[in-house]
Amino acid sequence: MSNFFKNSDLDNIKAESIVSDTLNNCDDGELYLENSKSESILLDDNKIKNSSYSSDLGYGFRAITGEVVAYSHSNDISKDSILKSSENLKDTLKSKKGTYNHEIPKSNKKYYEDLNPIEEKSQNSKIKILNEVNNYIRSKGDMVSQVTASFLGEHKEIEIIRSNSEVLKDIRPLVRFNVSVVLEKNGKKETGVYGIGGRQSYDEYLKNENWKHVCDEAFRIADVNLKSKPAPAGEMKVVLGPGWPAILIHEAIGHGLEGDFNRKKTSAFHNLMGQRVASDGVTIVDDGTLNLRRGSLTIDDEGTPTENTVLIENGILKNFMQDRLNARLMNTKSTGSGRRESYKHVVLPRMRNTMMLSGKYSQDEMIKSVDKGIFAVSFGGGQVDITSGKFVFNCTEAYEINNGKIGYPIKGATLIGDGPSILKEVSMVGNDMKLDPGIGTCGKAGQGVPVGVAQPSILINKMTVGGTQL
Amino acid sequence: MVKDQEYLNSIASQTIEYSKKLGATDVNVEVIHSISETVNLRNKQLDESNRSDSFAIGITTYINKKKSTISSSNLSKDNIKILTERCIETAKITPDDEFNSLPDKELMAKDFESLDLYDEFHVPNNKKIDILKEAEEAASKETKIINTETDFTENKSNFVLANSNGFINGYKTSNFNISCVAVAKKDSQMERDYDFTSKRHFSDLISPKNVGESAAANTVKKLDPKKIKSEKIGIVFDKKISKGILNVLSSAISAGAISRGTSFLKNKIGEEIFPKSLNVIDDPKIKKGLGSKNFDSEGVETNNLKLIENGVLKSYLVDTYYGKKLNLKSNGRCGGTSNLYFENGSMPLEKLLKSSKKNLYITETIGHGTNLVTGDYSVGANGFMVENGEFIYPVSEITIAGNFKEIFKNITLANDLEFKYSTNAPTLLVEGMIVAGR
Repeated sequence: MSNFFKNSDLDNIKAESIVSDTLNNCDDGELYLENSKSESILLDDNKIKNSSYSSDLGYGFRAITGEVVAYSHSNDISKDSILKSSENLKDTLKSKKGTYNHEIPKSNKKYYEDLNPIEEKSQNSKIKILNEVNNYIRSKGDMVSQVTASFLGEHKEIEIIRSNSEVLKDIRPLVRFNVSVVLEKNGKKETGVYGIGGRQSYDEYLKNENWKHVCDEAFRIADVNLKSKPAPAGEMKVVLGPGWPAILIHEAIGHGLEGDFNRKKTSAFHNLMGQRVASDGVTIVDDGTLNLRRGSLTIDDEGTPTENTVLIENGILKNFMQDRLNARLMNTKSTGSGRRESYKHVVLPRMRNTMMLSGKYSQDEMIKSVDKGIFAVSFGGGQVDITSGKFVFNCTEAYEINNGKIGYPIKGATLIGDGPSILKEVSMVGNDMKLDPGIGTCGKAGQGVPVGVAQPSILINKMTVGGTQL
Repeated sequence: MVKDQEYLNSIASQTIEYSKKLGATDVNVEVIHSISETVNLRNKQLDESNRSDSFAIGITTYINKKKSTISSSNLSKDNIKILTERCIETAKITPDDEFNSLPDKELMAKDFESLDLYDEFHVPNNKKIDILKEAEEAASKETKIINTETDFTENKSNFVLANSNGFINGYKTSNFNISCVAVAKKDSQMERDYDFTSKRHFSDLISPKNVGESAAANTVKKLDPKKIKSEKIGIVFDKKISKGILNVLSSAISAGAISRGTSFLKNKIGEEIFPKSLNVIDDPKIKKGLGSKNFDSEGVETNNLKLIENGVLKSYLVDTYYGKKLNLKSNGRCGGTSNLYFENGSMPLEKLLKSSKKNLYITETIGHGTNLVTGDYSVGANGFMVENGEFIYPVSEITIAGNFKEIFKNITLANDLEFKYSTNAPTLLVEGMIVAGR
């Protein structure tokens, strides 16, 4: 663990005393210190296009009283700078008086190792694999017109200093390996993208030539899309495959169940606690405690150990996801969901690994039950308006279903639905729950954080498919 | 106060010197300092204040045709030394790329006219709060508004860009931004919308009262939306989103996408891709412009560029690397466009809305449904049904879809261009798109 005050005129004791002095009359707050390193190595167009490294060190000082958050951040970890931030916070909150809440749960469970994936593998060996990836995909035929492959690695150390010298620490590794393929045949071009990753070393994902599997998937998706016909337009039945399509859950209901929007009553779900929001048999959790997963955290960015939060149980809304601020204002406990992109950002309640649990049906049964609809297997991204509840997500691999049989692949299209009602339209929940491959990043208020999703296959009775065929 | 030029220059120069000493044949360095202060209100009460003071340095070292990049927020001498060493070591083991190089010397910017992009004026936080209260009071006069959130951001920054061919320049910029988000409720249904004003100079901001009123009006109009039937219909893009069409154009004509063969506009130079009456201009030298600049992110001179002239695609957006690959000279567009806009149309908005008996007027799109390789487009949307030029009812939970090759050809511009963003377009009509709804 690095000493954040190594090259500064401060030490832990002096810093702790500034923190206690600043937060004495506040309800909550902390000094958050972060040292992050990241790398990106990109192969594109037959060449190593970019090899970059970034190191970022800084602090974010936060004081909260009542509903007011004062925040000041800088990358200058010095007595002057932190005192200046302290003045700034005190000035914002000068007319308010709070009582510091010292209570923070403790746990000694860890969900990933203290390792630095960037340094664990040499630059040369990463370059070598990227070149092998390029050769492997291009050997599949002349139709391969472009290959892009990349390694992204991150090592983030954080330290949280709360009032009364309470110090919490975490070291977070994160890697991602991505492949994108463009195929061209008969004047038609299509793209396929696939990736894997999580909170462990690159080699865990690459061993046994597993990288070939990633290449094969990207190639397969592009190849399917080359044969695609225009997508239909209008309302129809939709079968979603297991795994990554769970971004439906992330967009449709996940964001709407974050504490801040519900405290402010701007979420379409704010008055639905305890009520039925999904069909019977639909259970959804947000779990920060899965080993090595991209969305997992040992402690959140306020120091609270993460947990497995049940959001919806058999169709009934049970819990929102909370950080400390929103939990206090809503008279409940933090669920360990307080997250920030970096020291430059304020804490918000966010998702971790959002999952719909398995039910009893097979995917076959679902497809057989559909006369006319689509079967969507792979997705790009999604977005939601949490106030109106309307959400979208984009298919990147989908097929038409006719009379209970999977037919032609269809072009990528946007699907749109209404969050609070969509889960009531889920008529079958599959027995095949799968985690996504570890590639998700969720954006909220300009902050991106790594997340995971999981779900079994599901059948949705009615959703609008945004194709071009009337 | 943001650091002055002298301070940033000395860091950049020292970094170049040290890199050369370690064996770099070429070096490019950018040093940035920015201070940003934001105040947020919610329902007329202070919700958050946020002060950000941040440095950034980006170093690119070349060893002949090998290249590596490093960035950091820590400007201490020791750290820069360690990073430069790492950067050079990485460059050494990175394979050659024949197109890697600094820009040609004769293309570098030489004239540095003042574009009036910096306003020294500082708005203290209590004044920011007063301004935001004015906006929220105006917004909450509408009785259906149940929640208002506003923020005021003041941002000041200074930067220096330097390379080992002797280029060294930079300047201060500022930005003042007021935005208001309102939530309206009717029965159990809620809608949200916003408005904002963003300027280089404080005194150019539109009044907070206007921002608040317009945010509230936009929001209330959306209540009680209907989902319409799937059909082929003319789509009118509000100015909030019509500029998105130009963003698609600029991504599709970036030299990178063209060279990699991943753009639906590859090999279209000289072809008519828009109606004859349309011109698209990228003008970096607009005084006080939100996208204005004296040079691009490599230091190459940026000049006024007519990308589309009488409907014909005239040039790509070219940087040094992909320019060398495509055998084109950089036109100073590394990092993208500056102030990009459609030259104003000639048709009054009222006439545009009446162009057909029925049009769908879209105020918001959601999702990222643009495929630049094929030009296919499919996004979620909401807006209003327009019949005989009149707004009849709000519409939501629909998608609009088409392909940009056809969308571009079917554009009619209104004559209401204004410069609110860095990329701007008038309200525009696209005929023959597909709406998916019920």
